[in-house]
Amino acid sequence: MLTRRVVPCLDVADGRVVKGTRFIDLRDEGDPAELAERYVREGADEIVFLDIAAAPAGRATLLDAVRRTAGRAFVPLTVGGGVHSVPEMRAVLRSGADKVSLNTAAVADPDLVRRCARAFGRQAVVVAIDTRARPKGGWEVVVRGGRQPTGRDALAWAERAAELGAGELLVTSMDRDGTGEGFDLALLRAVAERVSVPVIASGGAAGPADFVAAVRAGADAVLAASIFHRRIHAIADVKAAMARAGIRVRAAGAIGAGAVA
Amino acid sequence: MSPVARASGASSAGRPVGGAPRIGVVDYGAGNLVSIGQALARVGAEVRRVRRSDDLHDVQGLVVPGVGAAGPAMRRLGRTGLVEPLRDWVAADRPFLGICLGLQLLFEGSDEDGAETLGLLAGRTVMLESAPRLPHIGWNQVERRRAHPLFAGIAPAADFYFVHSYAGRPAGTEGEAAILAETEHGRRFVSAVARGALLGVQFHPERSAGDGLRLLANFVAIAAEGGGRARVRPEAVSC
Repeated sequence: MLTRRVVPCLDVADGRVVKGTRFIDLRDEGDPAELAERYVREGADEIVFLDIAAAPAGRATLLDAVRRTAGRAFVPLTVGGGVHSVPEMRAVLRSGADKVSLNTAAVADPDLVRRCARAFGRQAVVVAIDTRARPKGGWEVVVRGGRQPTGRDALAWAERAAELGAGELLVTSMDRDGTGEGFDLALLRAVAERVSVPVIASGGAAGPADFVAAVRAGADAVLAASIFHRRIHAIADVKAAMARAGIRVRAAGAIGAGAVA
Repeated sequence: MSPVARASGASSAGRPVGGAPRIGVVDYGAGNLVSIGQALARVGAEVRRVRRSDDLHDVQGLVVPGVGAAGPAMRRLGRTGLVEPLRDWVAADRPFLGICLGLQLLFEGSDEDGAETLGLLAGRTVMLESAPRLPHIGWNQVERRRAHPLFAGIAPAADFYFVHSYAGRPAGTEGEAAILAETEHGRRFVSAVARGALLGVQFHPERSAGDGLRLLANFVAIAAEGGGRARVRPEAVSC
């Protein structure tokens, strides 16, 4: 039986890990490869890099960080942000990433999902869906970091993205993101029921209990950023809580685990 | 010292005995070579890119990675002129490790797109049955049927990273005998095979953290020992 995955997300701008409200008050938090390696040592099952600047100038340094991370972390690495085409995706994969996460670009051009899946296999394509709850129920897709509504129904887009070739869906509640109020469990439940591909929960984690709740709502993996960056909770604590709740998780192990001196 | 003891001893020390063994990674445009190359280098191999048959002559072990569908992969492999040399390599029982699609290509054909594959193992690549979710993505247990140097020093319950929707299903007595490990996702499927020095894993050791690196170190040690001899006394190895 599969373990449920714990996935730390690193916001990267100009090749450095940054923290702060997105685009505002960014603080340099260090080298992405170093942080990624630390997370893997602490039990991270995967790593996600989100290029929040996605500016051409910072792209080369990001890809360099991907290359260095791939050579040190030895767990799956996903890169989101700045990919609008098959050649851009190829450049990211050639740097050593295993998957690319498509968000705004996929909403603008849904066929991009199909083209990328055809070129690299669906296992390499994650579609990230940022959502906001609608006043009368349901969820709407938002883009550009949550600032732009699209009018599109999130569940319908989830289904369509999976049909087009997404291998996984990264579902974020922008209402909860950064609030520490816990994941939007109704959203996770609704998406997990609609699609057969794995669902990664994101947005709102405050503590280990939230990870347990997300898995019980149907998430296959749970992503978080700030609670790990700020060392509010260690990945190992989250995994221990999941294990206590009867959820199978991978035992944390060193990257080398004795295989390399 | 027996070859087995030396092979497993070498893997636990991290560096194979007698310098860096030369491991060829087949580059046929159907997979990401960055991560497998980095992982092999990390465990002490000298990694050589294999693009045509000439590149094979001084490598001691061969890794065939790959993601995606079998049909396009076979066409790309065909264009490199490597199909016959790979058959000869396996026929000579030289150390070979197929990873993911690289394992699936060893079977006779794939249900994914109906492609005919190498036919070096009896059986077909079929879709995972009764899977709760597809693709099968994530860390899952690899349950060994028998001890093997490839898994030396790896805990029986260790998890490895999988990303796939199809898996090879060995057929017949010979195919059955090659089954080394199974994994459950819905139904059980074959997650590792071994027939002499012909080895294959459905998971991604290069993305399976410490246990994955150990498995690759074990393969490098097997290759350094010349393959077939590494399995002379498998009972001597604790897996």
